[in-house]
Amino acid sequence: MSASEERLPRDERAPAALSVSRGASREIGQDYILRIDHVTKRFGGLVAVDDVSFDVKRGEVFALIGPNGAGKTTLFNSITGIFPPSDGRVVFEGRDIAGSKPHQAAALGIARTFQNIRLFEYMSALDNVRLGQHCRTHAKLWDSLFKTPFERHEEKAISERAMELLTFVGIEKRSEDYARNLPYGQQRRLEIARALATKPHLLLLDEPAAGFTPQEKVELMRLVDKILAEGITVFLIEHDMKVVMGISRNIAVLDHGELIALGPPETIRRDQRVIEAYLGKGA
Amino acid sequence: MAILRALGKVRLVWETDPRKDPNPLVYAILGIGAIAYPLWAQISTGGQGDFLISVLADAGVYILLAIGLNIVVGFAGLLDLGYAAFFAIGAYTYAFLASDHLVVTPLHEAIHLPFWIVLFVGLFVAAAFGLILGAPTLRLRGDYLAIVTLGFGEIVPRVFKNLATWTSGVNGISALDKPVLPVWLNGPWSGDPLAFVQNFKIISPMAFYVVIVLLLGICVVLVNNLRHSRVGRAWMAVREDEVAAAAMGVNTTRIKLLAFAIGASFSGFAGSFYGAKLSLVSPENFGFTVSITILVMIVLGGMGNIPGVIIGSLLIYAITFLFLPALPPLAEDWATSLGLGGIVPASGDWPGIGQEVQRLKFLIFGIILVLTMLLRPQGLIPSRVRQQELLRGAPEDQTLEDVTAETTA
Repeated sequence: MSASEERLPRDERAPAALSVSRGASREIGQDYILRIDHVTKRFGGLVAVDDVSFDVKRGEVFALIGPNGAGKTTLFNSITGIFPPSDGRVVFEGRDIAGSKPHQAAALGIARTFQNIRLFEYMSALDNVRLGQHCRTHAKLWDSLFKTPFERHEEKAISERAMELLTFVGIEKRSEDYARNLPYGQQRRLEIARALATKPHLLLLDEPAAGFTPQEKVELMRLVDKILAEGITVFLIEHDMKVVMGISRNIAVLDHGELIALGPPETIRRDQRVIEAYLGKGA
Repeated sequence: MAILRALGKVRLVWETDPRKDPNPLVYAILGIGAIAYPLWAQISTGGQGDFLISVLADAGVYILLAIGLNIVVGFAGLLDLGYAAFFAIGAYTYAFLASDHLVVTPLHEAIHLPFWIVLFVGLFVAAAFGLILGAPTLRLRGDYLAIVTLGFGEIVPRVFKNLATWTSGVNGISALDKPVLPVWLNGPWSGDPLAFVQNFKIISPMAFYVVIVLLLGICVVLVNNLRHSRVGRAWMAVREDEVAAAAMGVNTTRIKLLAFAIGASFSGFAGSFYGAKLSLVSPENFGFTVSITILVMIVLGGMGNIPGVIIGSLLIYAITFLFLPALPPLAEDWATSLGLGGIVPASGDWPGIGQEVQRLKFLIFGIILVLTMLLRPQGLIPSRVRQQELLRGAPEDQTLEDVTAETTA
């Protein structure tokens, strides 16, 4: 009964059968952190994501937009292993991770937030962020039971880093409050702090500005800049065009599960199919 | 009036700041109580307190069970209705490995392992069964898991009952070995001169009491350590939101399995001790009511909070095993002293007040439970969590209002 649950064995981190060849891996690893390669997700007869392909470059802000029900969150769920894709490859840092479990995706370096905030409501803000470090810490059951020096040391480091992250997103004053008692905007920030605690290379934000005031949106954009400065690639779903156009370098547009446009903001803004998807034909 | 005012004050302390942690105080009271109890028992009965001490030692077994189930239900949020099965497995493990019983089975060879070793064997055997049951079933959620564990809880005692060649069926297994301590200090408390004895056989209730109190102390410390560790946080995260926990890197299957196995190991541990103390195991002792009683203990005491669970266990144990059995004679006494002696003996369809109360025992138990849950739904000594949840309703309703205010802004 060891508690080594999150320590993936080496071979599990990089399933040999799934990884692409070594040369290709190095090449892709440098340009693209994430390659969505002909990904399809079907729920019974419904095709939620239909043969979508695009690349997310390392170090950029990439946005995924589209009308409601276009399949954006489903694509996020496919990337993070919540619903594995029915078809296609999800290549993260040079290896195909399609079909891996959510906790494996987290261990590999993909963190996410949720469209409907999913915090651990009855845990303190600090504990939420501490939990985020689960896959980066190693105390075993034995250590936890007997409070070994290793465990004490690690717990101290966990608490310090959790506090740093709360400060990073600007809610350090509420560290002891239950997550559910934080105001809405701070809950969104806490979710980001918790995701950052997993030490991701790629951060998926699912509508981070939903329900924000203009002021909060500006603060969010600043926070995204700070995250980017830490060397973390940001991939976000967002409806607010000011936010999207303001911070992202590349944008993919989904409509009815299909990729209808891909490119930098200026191109997307003028794209006829995008305008149709949002405003209807004849607009 | 004075009484009312005093009650009001108690109520005030009881319900003040939900964030104030009552736990250190409760631990202190429990610790002092554990030491004072045997003294009180001996003095108040003039040295005849063995029975009282033995009763509390039995209650200690239930506390151990409740602490274990609290890991599964209170920490990890997995509803286990078949917890007594692991209790049975631990007890039968002791019966097989520390008695002459195996002579009459197809094995024809008795095994006599020392108590201390079997205690841990029982722990690991139960944990293994926890894994066997948990591995295929823990992907089920909520109600479904409850049904499967309910089934398991029914199957295990039945297996012990029907596998008669190995377990003597309904007769159970008796004359189990008494635990032996390598060294023990005899003294005035045992009515002997002060001296060290070697290979001391634990027979006296006092010795069992000391052993269970020490074991409980150790278990409480260990479980508290677990609660405030990486593993404990992961359990609570799974309880709060399994999808989010998985997305944050928690291997939810494995962490749930761990909770199940550790919970089961407590039960197995308690079962071995119980077998040794009673010197008898029988399938009747491990039925569904045992599982439910333990669950009631933790819910009533304050789910998730260890001191609450201990208090809840003591209370429920006292009600089910002391108060309710004592009720029929009590009722007869009351009836007589109130001048209603006529209803005491049975006559015609009337079974007599004692018998009538006997029949209504579980109704009374039920009423007590319902009243407690109505008066104190968060449990006697709740964890901070549930206290906030229930006392204030949704603690800060602003959350929802903020959303609408901000979106309309």
